[in-house]
Amino acid sequence: MKYLSRSMIAVSALALMAVAAEAKTFVYCSEASPEGFDPAPYTAGGTFDASAHPIYNRLTEFKKGTTEVEPGLAESWEVSEDGTEYTFKLRQGVKWHSSDTFTPTRDFNADDVIFSYDRQGNADNPWHQYTPGITYEYYTSMDMPNLIKSVEKIDDYTVKFTLSQPEAPFLANIAMPFASIVSKEYADALDAAGTREDLNNMPIGTGPFKFVAYQKDAVIRYAKNPDYWGTAPIIDDLVFAITPDSAVRLQKLMAGECHLMPYPAPADLEAIKANPDLTLQEQAGLNVGYLAYNTTVAPFDNPKVRKALNMAINKQAIVDAVFQGAAAPAKNPIPPTMWSYNDAIQDDPYDPEAAKKMLEEAGVKDLSMKIWAMPVQRPYMPNARRTAELMQEDLSKVGVTVEIISYEWGEYLQKSMEAGRDGAVILGWTGDNGDPDNFLSVLLSCASAGEGGANRAFWCNEDFSKLLKDAKVTADPADADQALRRRAGHLQGAGALVHHRAFDPVCADVEQGLRLRDEPAWRFHLRDRRSGRVIRAAAY
Amino acid sequence: MIRFILAKLLYLVPTFLGITIIAFGFVRILPGDPVLLMAGERGVSPERHAELSAQLGYDKSLVLQYFDFLGRLMHGDLGNSLVTKKPVLTEFLALFPATVELGLFAIILATVIGVPVGVLAAIKRGSWFDQISMTTALVGFSMPIFWWGLLLIILFSGILGWTPVSGRISLMFFFPNVTGFMLIDSLLSGQKGAFGSAVSHLILPSVVLATIPLAVIARQTRSAMLEVMGEDYVRTARAKGMPPFRVIGIHALRNAMIPVVTTIGLQIGVLMAGAILTETIFSWPGIGKWMIDSISRRDYPVVQSGLLLIAGLVMLVNLAVDLTYGLINPRIRAT
Repeated sequence: MKYLSRSMIAVSALALMAVAAEAKTFVYCSEASPEGFDPAPYTAGGTFDASAHPIYNRLTEFKKGTTEVEPGLAESWEVSEDGTEYTFKLRQGVKWHSSDTFTPTRDFNADDVIFSYDRQGNADNPWHQYTPGITYEYYTSMDMPNLIKSVEKIDDYTVKFTLSQPEAPFLANIAMPFASIVSKEYADALDAAGTREDLNNMPIGTGPFKFVAYQKDAVIRYAKNPDYWGTAPIIDDLVFAITPDSAVRLQKLMAGECHLMPYPAPADLEAIKANPDLTLQEQAGLNVGYLAYNTTVAPFDNPKVRKALNMAINKQAIVDAVFQGAAAPAKNPIPPTMWSYNDAIQDDPYDPEAAKKMLEEAGVKDLSMKIWAMPVQRPYMPNARRTAELMQEDLSKVGVTVEIISYEWGEYLQKSMEAGRDGAVILGWTGDNGDPDNFLSVLLSCASAGEGGANRAFWCNEDFSKLLKDAKVTADPADADQALRRRAGHLQGAGALVHHRAFDPVCADVEQGLRLRDEPAWRFHLRDRRSGRVIRAAAY
Repeated sequence: MIRFILAKLLYLVPTFLGITIIAFGFVRILPGDPVLLMAGERGVSPERHAELSAQLGYDKSLVLQYFDFLGRLMHGDLGNSLVTKKPVLTEFLALFPATVELGLFAIILATVIGVPVGVLAAIKRGSWFDQISMTTALVGFSMPIFWWGLLLIILFSGILGWTPVSGRISLMFFFPNVTGFMLIDSLLSGQKGAFGSAVSHLILPSVVLATIPLAVIARQTRSAMLEVMGEDYVRTARAKGMPPFRVIGIHALRNAMIPVVTTIGLQIGVLMAGAILTETIFSWPGIGKWMIDSISRRDYPVVQSGLLLIAGLVMLVNLAVDLTYGLINPRIRAT
């Protein structure tokens, strides 16, 4: 590891440029500490940024910045006619990282794939509970235990997955961080040494960067993997400076203490844009924020009433005031970057007069309702209270009285799913695997409308749910696309949700000489998709 | 003195038991549970919820869970974090030196500045110095730490560029963690500039963390001094013609220090509260930030054992204060 004197990074962007060009150390001001370095037991994006993306690879990968799937550790694959058998041809000559305590004796092969899946799905695998209290929530919540019937080794470089039913998004599912491939040989070595927990502390992967050291809540260090099978990294040393407060992250960025920061606060956007040393990059996020009526309770069971309320709410005003413009009103429940997005759909216009009339026609007078405002910030909703207040004001113009309520976060999540809930709920969703089903089934299917689901509108339309199911088992993507377009159209009439935004927070970055975005090996896939903006230094 | 120490130690036992109950109960009284928070927007089916609760042992009655906790505690097992799955003690020990380093600096800063300012304000009662310092102390006491910290960062790191923004040392230095105390480790590393970098990183957070204790100590010193200086023995000493420096330094200050030492001891608790915000702003990897994260995630084992460890330490500090008290004032030993 190379050392640079502090004075050099403290001064100016110009000095920094020289430093960065020489040593190629890249400092990323990350927003959260990783929970661990084994991606399988965790679900947080901040954890994956520190583990799955730099250190590991998966059989399939998302094309950078998209939700399209491309070959990863699997070079190619074949899908059986009925869509239940996937045979993967594995990449040969892929080297595992080495560390002070572990030197691999063999390349990546089929045993590693089988081990990586079996330890999550098979409760009898000795690695299933390698640390007390470990669970595989992503694997479980993507329904993998029911979906994957078996994973078999055909030969050293061929693996066959057998599914219990056809599943259109399967290739996208296995590109997700939880499906990262870990080394069987390393696990065996840890077993022999009696230090199994090091699988989570000192990771060994095949990715573009090797793990070097982690100081809890402070710094993570990585070094370039010189043997990387893909395009070699142009960064030599990658450093994560963990900085939870967004205002402090921005200060660090401006002081030259880091080169890139994600999630600037919406309130800082103007200042960032005005700063000539910083560049802000925007990209639509893979999320949606919404207000969900309880469609099982009068008068919200009447689509006309819902449409009238939707028309009374000024979404653009919310986008401007709460997101400082870093969002867009949504007209579909899925973001526009996602395949199957139906751009032909017309949004309900903002028209309080017409809304008032529609409410009168529906026989609704002196309506009073509750709006739930979540107590936490989320990428899809930086300030729910303020959003609720804006809605309150809009609705008062059409004669609807709104009371704003809130609960502690865990309670909010639980109570908002209780049958017969009183009031409309502000919440949102961030996509997992880039498949539209991951939004539509979760948020609007009948199956998800009960306890343990996430359909907080309780909107259940059997035809629509059937369309969702059919599309999921369709192996032909063209067909699925058609089916999904139909769903989106179908949904429009239902008006169960008011969507407030289609893109996401913001990712900021200053770069001196090194252009992270052009760095082919550092795959911030999810970050790319989730982040709305990136700041980049103009001074190079 | 030994009897005095033993009596004080005996008091610790019921206090400690009380703390285990509070530490255990506190996080469970909060609404929401770790399983729900783990699931987030995604939701969790009632079956899976029950399964996970059972796996974590949260399906048992609270009383049973408490005795489980106490039983493991007796064996020195503080449990594993639900989030990182690592032993609570390991995490605590990794983070604790950072908090101690920061807290120690802050309390030294607060004492070294607070006591002389208080003494001077008392001697020059009613002067401009008294007025200004005490008003400043009041402002300092009421300062929202988060805002204050950010303000200092923007001024000293952003505009002036004198201090680094956050962290414990420049990222360009990389050496093994020996003691966990950055000042010591940076010296041990032998790397040029490392110690200086560690000190420069310590300045702003120490100032921010010291602000409230400094204000309290200055005001307490001033009022204690004023009280003592009105006493007969001080007047007598003065009447005997003793130089003012000796009167104040020996007769007045020594007696005034008793309530001041107590105050400084009590500030340890205040420091812990301040550390939570200070550590978050300055990305300081200590236990304050760790506790806040764990509370918001309902990481029961971390919160209950972490609280216990912190409370235990505060208790020990208070014990030390009591003993110091006994040293300063022999009368207290007798009671």
